[in-house]
Amino acid sequence: MKPTDIGDPAYFHKVVDCQWACPAHTPVPEYIRLIALGRYTDAFMINWESNVFPGILGRTCDRPCEPACRRTRVEQKPVAICRLKRVAADNRGDISDRLPVIPKKKNGKRIALIGGGPASLTVARDLLPLGYECVLFEKDRQAGGLMRTNIPSFRLPVAVLDDEVERVLDMGVAPRFGEEVTSLKAVLDEGFDAVFIGTGAPRGKDLDIVGRAEASKNIHLGIDFLTSVAFKHTESIGKRVVVIGGGNTAMDCCRTAIRLGGEDVRVTVRSPRSDMKASDWEIEDAEREGIPILDNHSPKEFLVENGELKAVVFERMRAEYDETGRRSLIPSGEPPVVVECDDVLMAIGQNNAFPWIERDIGLEFDESGMPIVDSQTFQSTLPTVFFGGDAAWGPENIIWAVAHGHQAAISIDLHCKGEALTERPSPLTNLVSQKMGIHEWSYDNDVSNDHRFAVPHADQLESLKSLTVEVELGYDQQLAYDEAMRCLNCDIQTVFKGSLCIECDACMDICPVDCINFTENGEETQLRAQLRVPAENLDQDLYVSENLTTGRVMVKDEDVCLHCGLCAERCPTSAWDMQKFTFWDGTVMKGPERVGAD
Amino acid sequence: MTHIAKPKFSHPNLPKNGLGLTRRNYEGVVSTLCAGCGHDSVSAAIIEACYELEIPAHKIAKISGIGCSSKTTNYFLNRAHGFNSVHGRMPSVATGANLANGELTYLGVSGDGDTASIGLGQFSHAVRRRLNMVYIVENNGTYGLTKGQFSATNDKRSKNRKGVENQFDSIDLCSLAIELGAGFVARSFSGDKAQLVPLIKAGMSYHGFALIDVISPCVTFNNHTSSTKSYDYLRAHNQVMDRLDIVASRPEISADYEPGTAIDVTLHDGSQINLHKLSSEYDPTDADTALSNLNRYKRQGTVVTGVLYLDPDEVDLHDVMNSSKQPLNSLGQSELCPGADALEALNAQYR
Ligand SMILES: Cc1cc2nc3c(=O)[nH]c(=O)nc-3n(C[C@H](O)[C@H](O)[C@H](O)COP(=O)(O)OP(=O)(O)OC[C@H]3O[C@@H](n4cnc5c(N)ncnc54)[C@H](O)[C@@H]3O)c2cc1C
Ligand SMILES: Cc1ncc(C[n+]2csc(CCOP(=O)(O)OP(=O)(O)O)c2C)c(N)n1
Ligand code: SF4
Ligand code: SF4
Ligand code: SF4
Ligand SMILES: [Mg+2]
Repeated sequence: MKPTDIGDPAYFHKVVDCQWACPAHTPVPEYIRLIALGRYTDAFMINWESNVFPGILGRTCDRPCEPACRRTRVEQKPVAICRLKRVAADNRGDISDRLPVIPKKKNGKRIALIGGGPASLTVARDLLPLGYECVLFEKDRQAGGLMRTNIPSFRLPVAVLDDEVERVLDMGVAPRFGEEVTSLKAVLDEGFDAVFIGTGAPRGKDLDIVGRAEASKNIHLGIDFLTSVAFKHTESIGKRVVVIGGGNTAMDCCRTAIRLGGEDVRVTVRSPRSDMKASDWEIEDAEREGIPILDNHSPKEFLVENGELKAVVFERMRAEYDETGRRSLIPSGEPPVVVECDDVLMAIGQNNAFPWIERDIGLEFDESGMPIVDSQTFQSTLPTVFFGGDAAWGPENIIWAVAHGHQAAISIDLHCKGEALTERPSPLTNLVSQKMGIHEWSYDNDVSNDHRFAVPHADQLESLKSLTVEVELGYDQQLAYDEAMRCLNCDIQTVFKGSLCIECDACMDICPVDCINFTENGEETQLRAQLRVPAENLDQDLYVSENLTTGRVMVKDEDVCLHCGLCAERCPTSAWDMQKFTFWDGTVMKGPERVGAD
Repeated sequence: MTHIAKPKFSHPNLPKNGLGLTRRNYEGVVSTLCAGCGHDSVSAAIIEACYELEIPAHKIAKISGIGCSSKTTNYFLNRAHGFNSVHGRMPSVATGANLANGELTYLGVSGDGDTASIGLGQFSHAVRRRLNMVYIVENNGTYGLTKGQFSATNDKRSKNRKGVENQFDSIDLCSLAIELGAGFVARSFSGDKAQLVPLIKAGMSYHGFALIDVISPCVTFNNHTSSTKSYDYLRAHNQVMDRLDIVASRPEISADYEPGTAIDVTLHDGSQINLHKLSSEYDPTDADTALSNLNRYKRQGTVVTGVLYLDPDEVDLHDVMNSSKQPLNSLGQSELCPGADALEALNAQYR
């Protein structure tokens, strides 16, 4: 293999598994270290710059970083990255003097943001410091999108939501609340320099089976039901509730239903439990509240008597997998199951809907009715119009909406300056030695053996009675410290300088996880196979040096490196050094507006 | 010295030996030696050898004298028996222990100072008595622990790091051991584990006295450009005489070698040493050629490594003395105290 080019920002970025997996590339280990130091405000600001909603995401994020966390490869569970983010938000001090300064003199460009969810709010947050004027159209009276209308308050308190949404609005958004856009043409006619569409995927999917129409009074679309609960239009539900669907919306529906007075609430899902779409922790939360999940149950019919819903009839299913692992659900032949109920909540997915976008203005849609959007620039076929969040490619989650918002803001800025959208700002990177003394580092390199700490919960008797009692209490400062110590500091990179190496083997011998090898060079597959412990995780790179004095090369498998720094401590010539790699995603917020980075 | 303990986490795919143990189960505490010390590589090689031989640690006794090298017994096999003895006195302790319990594998670790200076007398007698042990000298040509004086293995005219020349002839421990009747004599380099690990395995399996003289650079006092025991010098002047495989219960795949250059020796315990000479000039089973071979290369300033001498007739101290093969601590009342009649018979022999 060729020597690794560590000058390529992607190389070390990828080693920071969590940051690499985070759609907004939040510098996770940096904020975790700050939490351990009790510097909550600094930790908050790092998050705020990257992901705009630390308090919200610290409670609700889909956390793609956690399955990626290195800790899962050396121990059982990932670092509680998400819940540590919440700690930063819960314990932060005043940040008013840390927010970007909004220029009094505007740059003369006006941007329309349609829909007030996290995607649009991110675009506003990124553009306002540059002097843009941002006009926000939102059909509801308040901004927040699904975070307000669908995520229940027992998971996300309204005060936390308000605080973070208002922080963006207070930067100078011009709101046009209560204004549903019914014609994109009309908005364009107002002469905006660019339009960002962040209207989400607002339409809940329905099931057209026998009895659907007759029972419609007691069959509710999940997202509409949750919205109605959020706006206090719905304050009760029948005693026996069947939730249809196995995703996160279904989990929120069932947990809301028991808080509204449902006594026999069940979730039913067509697939086997192991294939359910909901996140493991959301399923756990529902089960902890005593809600049974009936898997392999496919709804066939709503039983209606005298115009009243009586029950749902389910066909039993069985999953079969072909050689390629593709699943098909087939009826198992067992007798149908009849579940009596008073209300049904249908949570089987969401669709996009753009009836308000004229089809003759140059904005093209594909056969499935989705707008054609460039995956890098977020630009539609109408150059002034950009998409992001759930409106772009269907339902995702908040952190993706934020990541889209950042990219769309970059595009809008380039577009307004008349520059090529493909010339994206490069990431800001830095690599600095952490050596403080012969065996002293600026970070705590002593690896914690603790298992993941559980987040304390409120008393269940109390929380099940109320829609607003937050179930999770969050870590206190001591637990947060202990959890933070589990982080392996994957951004503190092992940097190798072959010209200094005397091939004494000390690093190879000390490495607790057998990462380091001195071996003959070869093709990647061959090299992977011949290491002390073969490098079977192909997602993880090999770090290959130039030829050393004996003609061999140093090959480090990045896979399970603990970043303990023992290699650098044992090296007599400092051929290894531990260096902090900082990666800030390319964003429009640069220079004095950049906050949090130090 | 490193301040943190070595993390407990190990590679999830770390292989296990027949005892269900990983290499890491054979470790000791984290070394306190200078970073890059050759002695640490020797410890790693010992760990690897014991792991591969699948010996349970409690069947090993590790014994040492005084010196940085002698300290290293703390850095491997923390479940083994151990005795960190007095300067130069490791052989006496090993002899006593071996006579009391011949069932353990004796692993002596010493330095060039500990062996060739203060301990030379003890060393010589352990060799000539064919004590069943592997005796590893971590040879750095200096007294590392006492800050860099020339040792007796330091080559004449070699300089210390301040430029002062050594005026005395050096002692070649391998030649001496062959002279004194050691059955297995090898030399190696701490920077060549591919050679060192099988040598340690063979030495541990050999029934009799096995010496492995490992050139093990001292990064602090004797790794400078005018040293003949530095990493660079060894890399430039190492003449590998042979490569060896040791086939124990578990067969290993060995590389192909030129036909006619292999010597196979079946050891006392049934395992087999396959020795592949890389040069046809010498016969390692013949003491005279082994000695002249060593001398010739030494004059050229070349360090020969590999198995230098191997006596296929394995005989150890117990065999010679016909002493109890059974550990003394397991002898019962009747064996230890055979009664008045037995005493009478014994006394009668001397009358
Ligand atoms: C029940 C449920 C629970 C969820 N839980 C989580 C969670 O825990 N974590 C997570 O990360 N994600 C969660 N999600 C997904 C997440 O809420 C969305 O992915 C995210 O909010 C999408 O953001 P957005 O900005 O694209 O759009 P949205 O949040 O959908 O906001 C779109 C906004 O546009 C407005 N709008 C739409 N059309 C018009 C129009 N024509 N004119 C004016 N305004 C308009 C809407 O009123 C809405 O306010 C959940 C979703 C649901 C349904
Ligand atoms: C009886 C006695 N004399 C002298 C010493 C001082 N002393 C300690 S270690 C040592 C030399 C060690 O040299 P070596 O065996 O080569 O070990 P190294 O440190 O080089 O590995 C000496 C002279 C001692 N400890 N005891
Ligand atoms: S151990 Fe820490 S830095 Fe590494 S992936 Fe997990 S959270 Fe990120
Ligand atoms: S930091 Fe060095 S010693 Fe520690 S696990 Fe990584 S490669 Fe091994
Ligand atoms: S410890 Fe340093 S000098 Fe020794 S082999 Fe490793 S990198 Fe090379
Ligand atoms: Mg010495």
